[in-house]
Amino acid sequence: MSASSAAASRAETERLLRFFESAGAVRVDLDVLQPAGTLLDLYGEDIRARAFVTTDPVRGELMLRPDFTVPVAEKQIKRAAGPARVTYAGLVFRKQAPQSSRAREFLQVGCEIFGESCRADADAEVFALMHEAVASLRLKAVAGDLGVLLSAVDSMSTTQARKAALKRHIWRPVRFMSLIDAYSGKSGDGAERLQRLTPSAAERLIDSAGPMIGIRSKGEILERIEAIAGERRASPLVPTEVEALSRVLGVRGCAQSALNQLREIQRKLPGIELSLDGFEDRLKALKSHGINPSSISFEATYGRTTLEYYDGFVFGFVPGSGNEVPPVVSGGRYDYLTRQLSGADSLPAVGGVVRPEAAVSLMGLI
Amino acid sequence: MPLKIGIPAKGRIQSEAISWMETVGMNIMRSKNSREYSARVRGIENLELVLLSASDIPSELSAGSIDLGITGIDMMRERVPNWQLRATELRKLGFGKADLLVAVPKVWVDADTLHDLDEVAAQFRRTHGWRLRIATKYHNLTREFLSLNGVADYQLVDSKGATEGTVANQSAEAISDIVSTGETLKANGLKPLTDGVILKSEAALLLSTEKQLSAKGRGVLAEIEERVGGFATSTEVR
Repeated sequence: MSASSAAASRAETERLLRFFESAGAVRVDLDVLQPAGTLLDLYGEDIRARAFVTTDPVRGELMLRPDFTVPVAEKQIKRAAGPARVTYAGLVFRKQAPQSSRAREFLQVGCEIFGESCRADADAEVFALMHEAVASLRLKAVAGDLGVLLSAVDSMSTTQARKAALKRHIWRPVRFMSLIDAYSGKSGDGAERLQRLTPSAAERLIDSAGPMIGIRSKGEILERIEAIAGERRASPLVPTEVEALSRVLGVRGCAQSALNQLREIQRKLPGIELSLDGFEDRLKALKSHGINPSSISFEATYGRTTLEYYDGFVFGFVPGSGNEVPPVVSGGRYDYLTRQLSGADSLPAVGGVVRPEAAVSLMGLI
Repeated sequence: MPLKIGIPAKGRIQSEAISWMETVGMNIMRSKNSREYSARVRGIENLELVLLSASDIPSELSAGSIDLGITGIDMMRERVPNWQLRATELRKLGFGKADLLVAVPKVWVDADTLHDLDEVAAQFRRTHGWRLRIATKYHNLTREFLSLNGVADYQLVDSKGATEGTVANQSAEAISDIVSTGETLKANGLKPLTDGVILKSEAALLLSTEKQLSAKGRGVLAEIEERVGGFATSTEVR
């Protein structure tokens, strides 16, 4: 990066920080080095392919922060105060594919809203703030809602175990679809193996299989064999519901039209009503923040394959052309993540980040 | 400058590499001091043998500090991300055959596939509060494979050797390791998952593409190509 564009990025970073501060956010500072354990526990092994790992003789394995979400949420959980708005800025570090030209370190300036129980309002507030922060760049807004997907799964007439498995894989589209197929009776486990694996034969099978080694106990093996038997007894998914679910996944259009499409699908999947009411409230809140819902293009699966633990509203602001460039702004709601971090109640949390370097390089083009 | 060919400094791949080289008329002239880590090759001009730690051959090839190397394709793929940009696989050599695979305790009668492993991982995390551990020295290949197959809620733990013993030692719940006959797996109470083969590996002759070869170097390469009866990959562009 040239000295002049580095200076421009620093200036843009300062401008954004001051902008978020003027909107009522308190500035916080966060460490570059984060304990690897926390991030691994939240994101799984995939984070190792994305984050730079280092070690300290005393603190053990550490990661150069791949984003601010976890440290900023942790800080807020520790403070345990009422609703809060915070802003922060700094470098984040990501491994990229060997031939990728994407930056390994880049700036982010973010703003998060914690503890606001009216989710629709907080979602709209963050979106409108980000929108105003980069208004001069004339970016395209894209949004999705993982909450609608999750509620679509929840409202299917099937076992809790299946719903839990589907929700666990909501971030992995390929595996998600293969589970849908298996639960629809289209593919699935070899029938022959299942014949043998009856709970009554289980003890004998285990005893003759080999030495009991490792931490996973006989009780756990028996428990899963019961679960497999339960799965075998469960009826296939209802075809009309599977169709409705795949229609939910396929919803695209401006946010207002997306809501209309989803309301149509609700006839077949009544359980999604509540999440759609939330969607509708958010559109109203966006309007009252001066955002026209028809200017947001909605994709039901937007944000579904990112690393983040977004579980509600998700959004990004991208340059008009092509999906190849990373978004200039991205954000969303991550109540699930704060629940994982605190181990107790979820702290309502929504936020977004701007990439000042991406913004500056676009300014050059305008 | 002679071309340098790197082979492992010890182990089975070394002896098989040496006998393969001899069958194609490349005879190794070790000096009297057999502790020395380099040697001339008789029967072919301008080729020098370098003995290296097996795990260093991929990085030496990708750095261009050796021109040719004999190593397992598992090593190359694990150690050098996008290895195809740095080296060309001239020919698989038919020895050192082994599978990199995921294995679990035999006593897990409920687990035969990756689907099972994923469900067991979910159950394990729910029960114990932490992620099921898979011991391996092949972190990149294993992570990529499990991610591609939608396995979640596991963690990789590093194992430098004796990986098959980690489950009995309770330092892992499953392993991902290179297996040739399967006897060691069996002896340690483990079984491979039916769809758990990550990579079918064998030894290969590789050419570093980091440096432009001299005319003399290209001559040596052409000579080797003729002796071994052709390369799988064309080297003509060089």
